[in-house]
Amino acid sequence: MTTTVLDTEAAPARRSALVEWLTTVDHKKIGIMYGASAFIFFLIGGLEALIIRAQLTGPEGKLVSAELYNQLFTMHGTTMIFLAVMPLSAMFFNFFVPLLIGARDVAFPRLNAMSLWVFMLGGIFLNASFIFGAPNGGWFGYAPLSGREFSPGINMDFWVIGLQILGIASLAAGVNFFTTILNMRARGMTLMRMPMFAWATLITQILVLLAFPVITVALIFLMADRVFGTGFFVTAAGGDPMLWQHLFWVFGHPEVYILILPAFGIISEILPVFSRKPLFGYSAMVFSMAFIAFLGFGVWSHHMFATGMGPLADSFFSLATMLIAIPTGVKVFNWMGTVWGGSVRLATPMYFALGFIAMFVIGGLSGVMHSVAPADLQQTDSYFVVAHFHYVLFGGSIFALTAGAYYWWPKMFGRMLDEGLGKAHFWLMFLGFNLTFFPMHFAGLLGMPRRVYTYPAGLGFDIYNLMATAGAFVLMLAFLVFIWNLIKTWRGPANAPADPWGGATLEWTIPSPPQEFNFGEEPVVTGKDPVWTARRAAGVDRLPEPAHVSGKGIHMPGPSWWPLIVSVGILVFFVGFMLPKFWAFPFHPVGILGFAITTVGIFKWAYEPVDAHATHH
Amino acid sequence: MRPARAPWRQWLPHGLLVAFLAVLVAGCGASESYPQSTLHPKGDFAEVVDGLFQTTVFWATIIFIGVEAALLYAIFRFRAKPNDPEPAQTHGNTLVEIIWTVIPAAVLAFVAVPTVRVIFETAEIPETSADGSAPLRVDVVGHQWWWEFRYPDLGIVTANELHIPVGRTVDVRMKSVDVLHSWWVPQFAGKRDVFPNRETRIWFTAIDTGEYPGVCAEFCGLQHGRMAFYTMAVAPADFDAWVARRQADSAQAAIRPPVPPSDTTQPAPLPEDPQVAQGRQLFLTKACVGCHALGSAGAPTTVLGPNLGGIGTRRMIASGWLENTDANLAAWIKDPAAFKEGVAMAGVYQVTDAEAAALAAFLRTRQ
Amino acid sequence: MSSAAMDHGHSAGGHHTSLPIDNRKLAIWTFIGSECLFFATLISTFLIYRGQSVSGPGPKDIFEVPLVTGGTAVLLFSSFFVVMALNGAQEGNRKKLLTWLSLTVLCGMFFAGMQVYEFMHFYHLGLGYSTNLFSASFYTLTGFHGAHVTMGTLWLATLLKDAIKGNLPPEKSLNLEIAALYWHFVDVVWIIIFPVVYLMSLGN
Repeated sequence: MTTTVLDTEAAPARRSALVEWLTTVDHKKIGIMYGASAFIFFLIGGLEALIIRAQLTGPEGKLVSAELYNQLFTMHGTTMIFLAVMPLSAMFFNFFVPLLIGARDVAFPRLNAMSLWVFMLGGIFLNASFIFGAPNGGWFGYAPLSGREFSPGINMDFWVIGLQILGIASLAAGVNFFTTILNMRARGMTLMRMPMFAWATLITQILVLLAFPVITVALIFLMADRVFGTGFFVTAAGGDPMLWQHLFWVFGHPEVYILILPAFGIISEILPVFSRKPLFGYSAMVFSMAFIAFLGFGVWSHHMFATGMGPLADSFFSLATMLIAIPTGVKVFNWMGTVWGGSVRLATPMYFALGFIAMFVIGGLSGVMHSVAPADLQQTDSYFVVAHFHYVLFGGSIFALTAGAYYWWPKMFGRMLDEGLGKAHFWLMFLGFNLTFFPMHFAGLLGMPRRVYTYPAGLGFDIYNLMATAGAFVLMLAFLVFIWNLIKTWRGPANAPADPWGGATLEWTIPSPPQEFNFGEEPVVTGKDPVWTARRAAGVDRLPEPAHVSGKGIHMPGPSWWPLIVSVGILVFFVGFMLPKFWAFPFHPVGILGFAITTVGIFKWAYEPVDAHATHH
Repeated sequence: MRPARAPWRQWLPHGLLVAFLAVLVAGCGASESYPQSTLHPKGDFAEVVDGLFQTTVFWATIIFIGVEAALLYAIFRFRAKPNDPEPAQTHGNTLVEIIWTVIPAAVLAFVAVPTVRVIFETAEIPETSADGSAPLRVDVVGHQWWWEFRYPDLGIVTANELHIPVGRTVDVRMKSVDVLHSWWVPQFAGKRDVFPNRETRIWFTAIDTGEYPGVCAEFCGLQHGRMAFYTMAVAPADFDAWVARRQADSAQAAIRPPVPPSDTTQPAPLPEDPQVAQGRQLFLTKACVGCHALGSAGAPTTVLGPNLGGIGTRRMIASGWLENTDANLAAWIKDPAAFKEGVAMAGVYQVTDAEAAALAAFLRTRQ
Repeated sequence: MSSAAMDHGHSAGGHHTSLPIDNRKLAIWTFIGSECLFFATLISTFLIYRGQSVSGPGPKDIFEVPLVTGGTAVLLFSSFFVVMALNGAQEGNRKKLLTWLSLTVLCGMFFAGMQVYEFMHFYHLGLGYSTNLFSASFYTLTGFHGAHVTMGTLWLATLLKDAIKGNLPPEKSLNLEIAALYWHFVDVVWIIIFPVVYLMSLGN
């Protein structure tokens, strides 16, 4: 890897800003790009949700056709999971994990850039499908509906290939952050002194590394069925749709924890700071997360109770699922123990963090209701489930990610977000969220199935759907306030001190925003809350504002084009699978071209000045 | 230091609470307003499941109130005041943590034990119904996007409207001819997925007579949203009468015009309405007969379209979606895609308004 | 910030790691862990679909066990060879390194060639990729393993080129060590595939 010696006295000619961002390997810039693109995808997914809700406002809705509705709910789920919540978490992994553990970058900065570009291209690819016909088989792509016989169009090709591309990004990031967290901690930062968000990230990456290969293989099978005419999920050929379900949920359930564990981490960072009290029961918090992750691999079939697996399997998966409530309960109680007896400062991040606890509890309790297999036969695939997982993923993940955004925004951009607008955002979101999703519990219990583009009058669903639609528009308003907040403060002065909240972790010891090399001096850590320890030792309320340092002599990895080029190659390669057969080629030449770009790119990357990791830092 | 709290902050939480309570009460209304409800069981299976659900809700409500109250208390009780000293820096409390690990575990036991009991209770179909009769076997076949119901022991077939007797256990066996579906009559039982390559089963006993809507609950493509059906639970005697009618309704006989009885002592039948006769003729010439069997008895085992045995008396058409009025029936025949885009019979034939009305009039005679 | 502190920043002596293992080695172990799940899924599917094909040909009609046994042996030997090559690299013994590394690359090429021949042979016997469930799950599993062997061979060949140019001194032997780790993994996977796919399919 090339190494740049930062030297302000003889600054090299500045590359254009565009080239700088395209070739950057700086984890902070990469984090910002993850966040920006994921937020745009989030808005697209939100728009899809608004159209869905508008269609379901009353019975016999006529706003969109059945076909468009199916595309919208498929893309809404796929987008929110893979293009919004996961990469919004990745934004925080990228920007903050190195800062939290006192590192100057991640273990493999160029690989990190590649993860970003593969994700971004995959996301654009998936959304480009709206031009040709978007995926319409559900985010779960159940066979045989997703196979060639029943979905002959290009729609599900976009889905299969898009997910395959996104999986590469996740796996590369998984290897990278697993290595980074285990190996690049500051001196003195033992595993049991790590900030809880670093723990959450570590455990999330383990889940990614073990769950994504399974869906990768399942998608390979489905792609082979669709492109090469194999029969993995074709019943006439002896294939079994149950295999798809098992493979999908062996991935799909851990995926749920991939979406929620980072949220746990964020909340565990915020609550102590705004309660001025250390996290209650640190070890229990770590072990409960690990236990949740472990159990997450043993409960996948609770998504399949309605398939009729027999009483033994039903009992096993029921009980295993119930067990998850125990470590989850420990987390909730320990969060409350953190607040209890503290000195609670209700700034915007804390509003969202407390809102998270309140909402996540509801999602957790309805989760226990689902674990009761016979009752789940009534609830699964009904709006009750839709309510449940939105309480987990919106009331949980999105509330926590928003809390994180308000908490860390000053560090990322050197600007404080407006507190008044922040609280308005919170109340609108809290109100809109509950108005949207709480009534769905009732719609589901009254028998409204999921994934229906309309419903008849006279079944008693109408009022709940009307409420949900109203709530969805309140949610839209909430995010407009958020965007307004971003714009307003962006235009305002760079007013954020290094440590606006009285934080406990290392990122608050450096200027806001951080300099490229993060830490002028590599930090040494002696406990769990290094800033608080230092503050008490110094007998002050806040540490003095850190000065910008020259960074002279610090070696940082240099920019590289290869991650972007390899990512483009990967995209082009996969596009080859969905193009019609070309002349005598066994595989479309466009795909071959993509393969060539990827291969050459990897070689160039590997041989980009050799002195790989020996000199920097 | 802290600005005075705006009044809306005071009433907002209360407003939310009141709104939720209103929603809650609404959901507990009369059964007639919620014919597809899981909360108003009319079958033994659904009743057992509902009981289990209520148990879970009971414990969940206690935990919910406890946790949310403690959270709110903590927020207000421990709110920072200006110049607060640093609070005590507690790092945890092993005893407390053990307690709040054990208590949820104990509560879970109260849920887990009945769960496993009910799983095994509902797993096996009873040998006999409560009234001592053998269970009534119904074979459900899922199609994109309608339901076929076969009674193998009675030799009859129907579609989108299942008839069952109250008090007799129904043994439902399911299979799909295409993609996955899921068969769900919420007031009778939980849903069961329908597979193309293996048979799945569920059973229940209807407690009360009535008309119970059901739906497909597994996403099955374009018209998953319009794949409903009705279950008519009737008194045993009425069921027997219905079965007798269906058994007499032969697919072959139905397409022949009525012939005068050979027994001349009987009065000759009234001359057939010409519109009905035209409809019969159209049924034979407009490709209808290629996919639809007209009678419930002796219907072929592989079919492309729903069986039309007794279509004239069914409550709904178009897979449980349109009231079976003459106007709706004619409009549906004229242009099915206008109501259900992607339906297989769209574009297969062309009929004028008058022809559609004639077909509807003919189908109305199929009782 | 004091200059002494700055000095500390980069005088740490190479790369500071929290665990006594190089980043790249830890990363390749992590990747291998993830790959285990990849192959576990492929192998499970092959086993689940054993005997489920609705049409032939089946394994008994086409498998050439002696040929594959030869390939297996070659792959096994290559794991030993790469250990010798690594040993040579660490000792700075150029001859040892070049000899054993060349042999490893040859083994990799032989195995990949064996598989190409085997696939073509099966194809001529009427077993296309989409012929039946057996063919689809067999070709997918062994094909992805073959792709791993090919990638590993390419990787080792690149290192061989470096070694020939003298660019693989002992202090860079880690480059070979992580490639060797990957190579061992690919071998171990084959040691599972060979009995599960070939021997068990003939057994009953």
